[in-house]
Amino acid sequence: MFLYFLKKLGVILPTFFGVTLVAFVFIRLLPGDPVMLMAGERGMSEERHAALMTEMGFDKPVIVQYGYYLMDLARGDFGTSIITKRPVLEEFGALFPATVELSVCAMILAILFGLPAGMIAATKRGSTFDHTVMTSALTGYSMPIFWWGLLLIIFFSGILGWTPVSGRISLLYYFEPVTGFMLIDSLLSGQDGAFASALSHLILPAIVLGTIPLAVIARQTRSAMLEVLSEDYVRTARAKGLGPQRVIGLHALRNALIPVITVIGLQVGVLFAGAILTETIFSWPGIGKWMVDSIFRRDYSAVQGGLLLIAAIVMLVNLAVDLLYGLINPQIRHTDS
Amino acid sequence: MAETTIEEIIDDRPTGFKAVLSEFWSYFSENRGAVIGLFFFIAIVLIAIFADFIAPHAPNQQYREALLQPPFWQTGGEFRFPLGTDAIGRDMLSRLIYGSRYSLFIGCIVVSVSLIVGVILGLIAGFFRGKTDTFIMRIMDVVLAFPSLLLALVLVAILGPSLINAMIAIAIVQQPHYVRLTRAAVLSEMTKDYVTAARVIGVKTLRLMFITILPNCMAPLIVQAALSFSTAILDAAALGFLGMGAQPPTPEWGTMLAEAREFILRAWWVVTFPGIAILTTVLAINLMGDGLRDALDPKLKRS
Amino acid sequence: MRNTKNLIAAFCGATMLLASMNASAAGKTLVYCSEGSPEGFNPAFYTAGTTFDASSRQIFNGLVKFERGTTKAIPGLAESWDISDDGMEYTFHLRKGVKFHTTAKFTPTRDFNADDVLFTFMRQLDPNHPFHKVGGATYEYFNSMSMQTLIKEIVKVDDYTVKFILNRPEAPMIANLGMDFASIFSAEYADAMMKAGTPEIIDFEPVGTGPFQLVAYQKDAVIRYKANPDYWEGKAPIDNLVFAITPDASVRYQKLKAGECHVMPYPNPADLEAMRTDADINLLEKEGLNVGYMAYNTKMAPFDNVKVRKALNQAINKKAIIEAVFQGAGKEAKNPIPPTIWSYNDAVVDDMYDPAAAKKALEEAGVKDLSMKIWAMPVQRPYNPNARRMAELLQADFAEVGVKVEIVSYEWGEYLKRSKDMDRDGAVLLGWTGDNGDPDNFLAVLLGCDGVGAANRAQWCYQPFEDAIQKAKVVADPAERTRLYEEAQVIFKEQAPWATIAHSVVFEPVRKEVVDFRIDPFGGHIFYGVDLK
Repeated sequence: MFLYFLKKLGVILPTFFGVTLVAFVFIRLLPGDPVMLMAGERGMSEERHAALMTEMGFDKPVIVQYGYYLMDLARGDFGTSIITKRPVLEEFGALFPATVELSVCAMILAILFGLPAGMIAATKRGSTFDHTVMTSALTGYSMPIFWWGLLLIIFFSGILGWTPVSGRISLLYYFEPVTGFMLIDSLLSGQDGAFASALSHLILPAIVLGTIPLAVIARQTRSAMLEVLSEDYVRTARAKGLGPQRVIGLHALRNALIPVITVIGLQVGVLFAGAILTETIFSWPGIGKWMVDSIFRRDYSAVQGGLLLIAAIVMLVNLAVDLLYGLINPQIRHTDS
Repeated sequence: MAETTIEEIIDDRPTGFKAVLSEFWSYFSENRGAVIGLFFFIAIVLIAIFADFIAPHAPNQQYREALLQPPFWQTGGEFRFPLGTDAIGRDMLSRLIYGSRYSLFIGCIVVSVSLIVGVILGLIAGFFRGKTDTFIMRIMDVVLAFPSLLLALVLVAILGPSLINAMIAIAIVQQPHYVRLTRAAVLSEMTKDYVTAARVIGVKTLRLMFITILPNCMAPLIVQAALSFSTAILDAAALGFLGMGAQPPTPEWGTMLAEAREFILRAWWVVTFPGIAILTTVLAINLMGDGLRDALDPKLKRS
Repeated sequence: MRNTKNLIAAFCGATMLLASMNASAAGKTLVYCSEGSPEGFNPAFYTAGTTFDASSRQIFNGLVKFERGTTKAIPGLAESWDISDDGMEYTFHLRKGVKFHTTAKFTPTRDFNADDVLFTFMRQLDPNHPFHKVGGATYEYFNSMSMQTLIKEIVKVDDYTVKFILNRPEAPMIANLGMDFASIFSAEYADAMMKAGTPEIIDFEPVGTGPFQLVAYQKDAVIRYKANPDYWEGKAPIDNLVFAITPDASVRYQKLKAGECHVMPYPNPADLEAMRTDADINLLEKEGLNVGYMAYNTKMAPFDNVKVRKALNQAINKKAIIEAVFQGAGKEAKNPIPPTIWSYNDAVVDDMYDPAAAKKALEEAGVKDLSMKIWAMPVQRPYNPNARRMAELLQADFAEVGVKVEIVSYEWGEYLKRSKDMDRDGAVLLGWTGDNGDPDNFLAVLLGCDGVGAANRAQWCYQPFEDAIQKAKVVADPAERTRLYEEAQVIFKEQAPWATIAHSVVFEPVRKEVVDFRIDPFGGHIFYGVDLK
């Protein structure tokens, strides 16, 4: 197992190095000029422009800049935002819990509905229920989620007035963030209704972000289930006279879960991509929105640091999933190239 | 002696284009959804081709006397603009019709670029193994380490927001899937007898790669192509929505949505219709993709 | 779901509930749905209104302030001032007994005095000042107002008297000192933080003399302030001020309707109709201190020909632009300065919309088959909510008179840079929001000869115009200045270096329970003096 881990690490390290290079090179290539942006319509003189470029280190040869960059990274310094002048890592850390909270809730929703839907559809293959689930799943999978979010806002917030439009909690509640997860913090604060408020703010964004994972999980569960149901041992169990509930519950489910877990792991990158759109629509103060804003503000160092941190997280999660998978299924350790 | 071996192997498989096609169709048509998707897709293609004849108005023609007019069935609407008009008096229906051209165009370009480049890289990686393989695959790992939309967003920011650049960015982020698929297929094909046989009789490397091995890896690639066709449309629309895709006045659906966002509470039609257009098109392609998978790769089953 | 709905209903305006739960949050809380996150809390570093709203306009004071809701400069932290006859020396007499905020990290031991004024300005002026480089700071506004070259020396006469000595007379100086970059910081706080080895703290955890003091900032989400109990003009009527950061305009409107906030800026033009008829909302409106224009490149043929420029101006249907781009929230512009600024010349007659005449004029000028570029900004600005849409309308208008238009755009920073080029190809859409309410701030900055190759996007240098505005800059007599600026506007209209397009109208929807919110002509949001019913 340890060898397997080392092997995986051997793949990840060079990839991470490549990621730093990409993040660095990309940002050097961005057109436009952060210094010009600071002055807006007012503009600035040539001399002042040159002086500022020097001050920010943009005038040095690219390779030298990259060297400095790697050295800073080694010290855990991901740069300082050009706009806010705060360390990128600090900004990222402040916003990251919001994204995690949203993503975890979206994933829980997806699993909570996707798994049973897929399982039932598989056992009732060909039924109306099966067709409905599969059609809905494919529709969800094909959904432009930015539009879906707008529709939900129009309907639930605009017409029905059931859910708040944006933000993480009603402003009347105020407490110092402890964990950064609003649901937990609101409980810790002990204020009446704070948790319900946080939950009601979370529900629409979580639905929007969970839509595609839900569809994927439902489809995967169904096909994994079908495959297992047709296998010999299940047929044997049936033949032995075990009731359908027991067959599905005990034998089939456990074996069908393995591919499903992999799919869930693979959705991390997809979730991040979805978070960019969802957070933008719901003004959710998380990483996705921050990245988009930073790109538009030409906050070079924030984009660079953010790209790197996000890539690192995606890689780590994938590594964790791989390891977990290796634990569950020892065969993989030996056959994987 | 060797030649007869090959012939025997090939003879094993269904021969003749017609036979292959009819076998494919019999599998494909088993799936009702896939057939519906196919017809819908054909309809969209026809609409795109004949947009000039179908659309009641030019997509950028502004009717200054009819700003934000609702669809015909609502009070204030009229048959001249069946789905209403947008903020500067352009006919929604006509813009949607012309918009289908952009979506199909995006899908085609993205798929062909990423397919061609991806297949070549995948063949090289799978065929030569060793350092070349590691190098190519590490690059693909790097690309895959970033969430696709984020990477596309940054790429477009670098290249400058435009439809072409959005397509390039999407093609780049979709690349690795083709490379991985091709490589995996090549690796498994390489161990088979017919390849060994071909090597033994001294078939040239290039010929071996493209003529002998590639056709046998086509099934997963075609399925992937259908999938990425719809992803490309969705991603391009998302980029357009974020202001990083096609630029106004281009009637691209995502861009139309972005422009319409401020009217969300006042003029539902400018927000709703472009979204429906995206959804139905993508859905049709995905339905077709499912059918393709069933027909081409019976092992994969329906999911 | 119904449960949730009830809960939310209960939260809205439930300050009573809060009072029982959290003593420090007791009292009146006003929530402002702001449009974006501040870049920081030191207004001298930035140029964006969003940042000023969150910093200078609540937390700080300047020597001079503007009377709320007007462009009139009145005494702030300076009680009075004297100006020498040659206009080169400004002596400020400072207010006594003004207290800085007390925070967790800082308790002031003395009142505001001349040292604070010196600290504030020397930090920006003197590159060797110990705080000049703290936090990687740059002082864009200070520089773009030419303070660097204008101020020769700042002298502390005594603890409550400060003298600014200038290199040349500058009529708008007093108004300049009312601007956001001139917000007074505490020298004592700066010293304390320098000693503690954390000088950058003064920019993140601001201490000012203003009516509100910062309590907490959760990035991209909420900014919380409480009223400064010792404020020198008296404590603000509200006790807590909250900025709920809500970038999307339709979302802001939703929150306003739901009572989740009391005041919101920048409504969607599309929503104005509904706001007018909403019984819970007062829709305030005022002409903005801005102008949106299209600048021809007057150095390039055929736009170096006045007749061509005039003819094209005649081809523009401004009424349609106001309707489609501003959704009615704008006013056709005929002068390069907005009507709210003194010396606005209402006698100037605008070019009439007349495509037929325009076509004829173009033919007479010998221009045939003209094709040109129009540059459209990629961002939304107060003076132009949608430049692309405007460009599309202009494209259609010009097509009517046989001129083919190609619309081009660049990323915003790139756009600002490239549009300055003297050999720029095409007419550029841009605009300007006034800084200090002085006509000089529009006419000299945007159309003066110094600005060619820079802020003067028309690359237009016309001697009679230049003479008028230069003279107006040094004359002290307001009547004479007014006359000169009026004359300049007439010359401008004859020469037509721009197509003046629109002045936006600023709309501020506020809830009915908000008392005495006034629209700031500079585009700011000031909550001192605002109350809740």
